[in-house]
Amino acid sequence: MKDFLVRWLMIPVLLLTFAGAAYAQLEVIITDYVGKRAPVAIVPFGWEGDTPSAPFDIDNVITEDLKRSGRFAPIAEGGMLQKPTERVDLDFDDWRILKVDAVIIGKVVQTGANVYSVQFQAFDVNSQEQLIGYRMPASRGTMRRVAHRAADMIYEKLTGIPGVFGTKVAYVTARGTGDDRLYTLVVSDTDGENQFTIMESTDPIMSPAWSPDSRELAYVSFEGDAATIYVQTLRSGNRIKVSSRAGINGAPAFSPDGRKLVVTLGGLGGNLDIYVLDLATRQFSRLTRHRAIDTEGTWAPDGRSIYFTSDRSGGPQVYRIEVGGGTAERVTFEGSYNARPRLSPDGKRVALVHLDRGNYRIGVLDLDDKDLLIVSNGTQDESPSFAPNSDSIIYATREGRNGVLEMVSADGLYRQRLGSRAGDIREPVWSPFPRY
Amino acid sequence: MKFSRLIALCLVALLAAGCGGNTMPDPGTDDGTMMDDGDMADTDGFEDRGLGDGEFLDEFDDSDELTMVIYFDFDQSTLRADYADLLQQHASNLANDSRSQIRLEGHADERGSREYNIGLGEQRSQAVRSLLLIQGASAGQISTVSFGEERAAAFGSDEESYELNRRVEIKYVN
Repeated sequence: MKDFLVRWLMIPVLLLTFAGAAYAQLEVIITDYVGKRAPVAIVPFGWEGDTPSAPFDIDNVITEDLKRSGRFAPIAEGGMLQKPTERVDLDFDDWRILKVDAVIIGKVVQTGANVYSVQFQAFDVNSQEQLIGYRMPASRGTMRRVAHRAADMIYEKLTGIPGVFGTKVAYVTARGTGDDRLYTLVVSDTDGENQFTIMESTDPIMSPAWSPDSRELAYVSFEGDAATIYVQTLRSGNRIKVSSRAGINGAPAFSPDGRKLVVTLGGLGGNLDIYVLDLATRQFSRLTRHRAIDTEGTWAPDGRSIYFTSDRSGGPQVYRIEVGGGTAERVTFEGSYNARPRLSPDGKRVALVHLDRGNYRIGVLDLDDKDLLIVSNGTQDESPSFAPNSDSIIYATREGRNGVLEMVSADGLYRQRLGSRAGDIREPVWSPFPRY
Repeated sequence: MKFSRLIALCLVALLAAGCGGNTMPDPGTDDGTMMDDGDMADTDGFEDRGLGDGEFLDEFDDSDELTMVIYFDFDQSTLRADYADLLQQHASNLANDSRSQIRLEGHADERGSREYNIGLGEQRSQAVRSLLLIQGASAGQISTVSFGEERAAAFGSDEESYELNRRVEIKYVN
């Protein structure tokens, strides 16, 4: 490995609070940042409706999203020389003085009892050209999603990278001790809002995995002191038991077409191997046959091969095997411990757990040049999962006795923590892009 | 006198209802109403009227008296030699009573990846299972499950806790 000596610049801990949230179990704390943030202005949105103020603070959500991305420094509202809500009122000189690169304006117009129209425009201050303009219908119930979508569109226009503010994160929490321990499978927005309990149990819940259409989660539950893999539909809450063989049923991951799961089965003899389960026919096909531990399978985005963890060489390392079978090929060589591979959706990199001089940290392996970059700095970091734009990774780390979540840019330069007041949080998995 | 009767009472209750783990009332306070509302709630205070005399048990009189947890070295699933006698006793229990069934619950310490730790816990369960089968238990009597690091016995992030967590728990399930 090249000597990636990343100089972490600690900035003061920043607590972002969210207007209108009665409580939030997760809150965003920017922990580390290296690099330039582009100054932008998000002007408070206008409001045309039959109440004194808008039912939802759209521009605040956009501001927080852009701030959280690590690439932008939205200027404070108090410093703005004008607060236009339409193009005709926009004076670029007032923004050039403030040295902002882009200015974003918009308004919310009420057109019915619970019918609104949200419009926004982003302008390049230097060229004075519109970068994007868009209008979306909304109701009070969809306002937050509309705001995240607006932020996603603006982010993509400004950076060339699709935004992930409208995506979700699934994770597992554990609270209490002994017989009172309660495990919960939760889905929330990536800013910690909109938490939704998918499943709750006094027995452990593990290894959540999104279906590619983001309608379902596969997970492992130990109800009745046996490992079982379920696939649960989020909207209905219905779940199907898809694997409950003797011994271990673990580590599910959906194929890119959503029709199959790669799973780990142990059987009565307890020899963990990788299997592919066809969800329509319920047929298992065995992919590895080795007396070592083979587990943590995950599909390459092209659907043709599966990456997995195996300790056939002594310690755990990442291997790759064609879905049609064949010989497993070793992928990682650096260090004594590389496990839990997850591919970036663009197929270029593998995030994994790497033992780095006594600390378990998140590594990003470039599949082209084989460089391994360590992007986390905890002692027991685990469960990396790529954002659908391949640009960020979410993982679990420790804060005292509790697990908390962190997000890091795939280049390791920007990191933020999702702080917790809700016990031990683990196994975050980033959803696919939402369907619009 | 009173103290020994209390112990006998507890042993009887332990056999009848498994009171192990409940806090016993302090024998120094002779208030007969100060009972735990748990497993002994149906006994009538400290007077053992109607219970008959208890009896002391031999060391291996009941499987509940056997050590039920086996610990492992770091990154190891091989059984330490000092567990040989204990496992022989469990194997005999199973061999002598074909209706007897156990579940072996394998565990790992918290370090490293969770599903890989499921694998490590399972290897430990299987090490115990293999030995019990060799020593006369039959395959149908033993099931295994691995909780990996999900059900820690100790919650610290230190070597002491890790040692307590690298274990197989033997559970008699009938």
